[in-house]
Amino acid sequence: MKRNKFTIVESRAVVIPKDNIDTDQIIPARFLKTTSREGFGENLFYDWRYDSSGARIEDFILNTPNGEGTILVAGRNFGCGSSREHAAWAIADYGFRAVVSSSFADIFRSNALNNGLLPVQVSEGFYSAIINHSKSNNKTTLKIDLMKKEITVEESGDSEKFEINNYKQECLINGYDDIDYLLSNIKEIEEYEIYRASSL
Amino acid sequence: MKTLFDKIWESHIVKEIPGGQSTLPGGQSILPGGQSILYIDRHFIHEVTSPQAFTGLRNRGRKVFRPSQTFATCDHNVPTREQDRPIEDPLSRIPIEQLASNTKEHGITYFPLGDPSNGIVHIIGSELGITQPGMTIVCGDSHTSTHGAFGSIAFGIGTSEVEMVLATQTLLQSKPKQMLIKVDGELSNGVCAKDIILHIISRLGTSAGTGHFIEFAGSTIKGLTMEGRMTICNMSIEMGARGGMIAPDQKTFDYVKGREYSPKGELWESSVKRWLELRSDAGAHYDAVVEIDATAIEPMITWGTNPGMGMAVNGKIPPADSRLAEKSAVDMVVAGKSAVDMVMAEKALDYMGFKGGEQLLGHPVDYIFLGSCTNGRIEDFRDFAGLVKGRRKAPGVTAWLVPGSKRVERQIEAEGLGEILREAGFVVRQPGCSACLGMNEDKVPEGKYCISTTNRNFEGRQGPGARTILAGPLVAAASAITGVITDPRELVNATGSDNANGSDNTTGIENTYNSKSANTK
Repeated sequence: MKRNKFTIVESRAVVIPKDNIDTDQIIPARFLKTTSREGFGENLFYDWRYDSSGARIEDFILNTPNGEGTILVAGRNFGCGSSREHAAWAIADYGFRAVVSSSFADIFRSNALNNGLLPVQVSEGFYSAIINHSKSNNKTTLKIDLMKKEITVEESGDSEKFEINNYKQECLINGYDDIDYLLSNIKEIEEYEIYRASSL
Repeated sequence: MKTLFDKIWESHIVKEIPGGQSTLPGGQSILPGGQSILYIDRHFIHEVTSPQAFTGLRNRGRKVFRPSQTFATCDHNVPTREQDRPIEDPLSRIPIEQLASNTKEHGITYFPLGDPSNGIVHIIGSELGITQPGMTIVCGDSHTSTHGAFGSIAFGIGTSEVEMVLATQTLLQSKPKQMLIKVDGELSNGVCAKDIILHIISRLGTSAGTGHFIEFAGSTIKGLTMEGRMTICNMSIEMGARGGMIAPDQKTFDYVKGREYSPKGELWESSVKRWLELRSDAGAHYDAVVEIDATAIEPMITWGTNPGMGMAVNGKIPPADSRLAEKSAVDMVVAGKSAVDMVMAEKALDYMGFKGGEQLLGHPVDYIFLGSCTNGRIEDFRDFAGLVKGRRKAPGVTAWLVPGSKRVERQIEAEGLGEILREAGFVVRQPGCSACLGMNEDKVPEGKYCISTTNRNFEGRQGPGARTILAGPLVAAASAITGVITDPRELVNATGSDNANGSDNTTGIENTYNSKSANTK
């Protein structure tokens, strides 16, 4: 499946400074009944965006002008909990291209990468710098350069290199995914099956 | 010298791509340097995380590569009453209908609603003998780690990966780091497998396992039944680990033997011979080793909004401010805690309506949920029934008792547990994931307290605003009787109870207390 290609993303940082944001917060289970990959964005962080009567919670960041951007910044262990890929779909469908955190839950990281959503893992220090900048300024703009594997706070000029597997970097830049690669290895997979059956 | 994990991992590598290599000369193709193509023996699917994978397959014009290695059940969305009637909510019905048509189209074995083998995916896999030692097992569900109890590499995957397994029976994986958690010592009375894992997570936190696969070992783990071991491995994901596993032994083989999909005859003999090799070599390397003293473990509950916010049922919620004051920043870093944890704890307490320093014994509860892939097996029902026998459910408490599978449901009746539970004022429902994640109508209302034998107490997990207190089946049973958070050991010591001496055992159920808990026999 060909996806949007990713090279450089520049945007206001949409900051939710909480640790351990779990997949039930990102997309509550009651919204998982749709059988397509589309449309989950409208229920992203639903229980933080709306109260029990369905009214908007005005001070939650996504309901404010500061919520307009394509880079989400959140605390460590982002995406813990369920394996639901709907969490990555919801974030991407809402319009985010990247999530910046000091750590990601393993399954969420894979799910994000498989959907062209870039997880950018930064140091605790760099994360704190983004948070502090956003607290004392009206606007914090981030630039994520996937070619250089570098993230920059544009207003302050602070920058940091981030890690991403070269293969995943290539996949994101070119819009490829793992299935394309695995399907090109079907012959080896069949050979493995024959070898394994004979060795059992 | 290899670990159990190394041995299974290595025997499933189709191809290893050398590290650092990503682009072929000329930039013609890209290679996943440092990763491996890992062969998957067993693939479980359910209605919530598979529809989009089948759509993807269809869009590529592909068929399922090895349909006989994928097994399907519906569990997440299903009602727990009147399962013979059509599902009213179209949003719940449609994914189940799609699962039926997708499995039919691709020739995949499917255990639909009402089928004698239907149930929660992580309950039926082992019941049917589909789960076996030494296998690689995946499912689009994080609690796939449960199957690691049989000495297999089992982990949860996303829907894109479900599509990869359907298309190629493989996944592209980097080898994770490995952690050994050794639990030794005898468990106290009234302490069950759930308490062990809640204790471990409360000690290590919810991200200690990130990037790791965990092997659980030690005398306490060896002493657990297969069902207790499944409860432990089930919740390894709640520490952030990809999965948990336990080396197979005679108990494992006895459990697997004779089940519908287990190897038979000569194949059984050769399988056991191979499975006997599945153990970590002495001196094998782990990236982290943690030792846990089982004698210090008490019946556990959680007080906050992640599974790491736990304590002994008779304990006090740590007062956040005093912890900040008493411990230097260095201490907190050593303990894996930060000032941010304290802020989180305050927020969690606010959501739960609790206070730092508060003891929760005697706090009223509104709902009790016994069930889920964590504690929805027959031993959990034996534990629960053993305690409520001859007593009555507290009038103000709503109790949902949901077996993990049709097989568990039948066994509850066959063993006479259903009768005991009904006499005590309880109703046994039909199988499904139910109130563990509230995808069906079993939702806990806003602000209500639920003692739940499930795996996650996240905000809103059991319904918007629901307040979840995780616990084992014994704490759930004791609290269902009193209507308040109760230490199960108190009920044992109460006079006049049939259960207190274990001699009145008309149903063949072992007394819970003289034998600790069913899952330590």
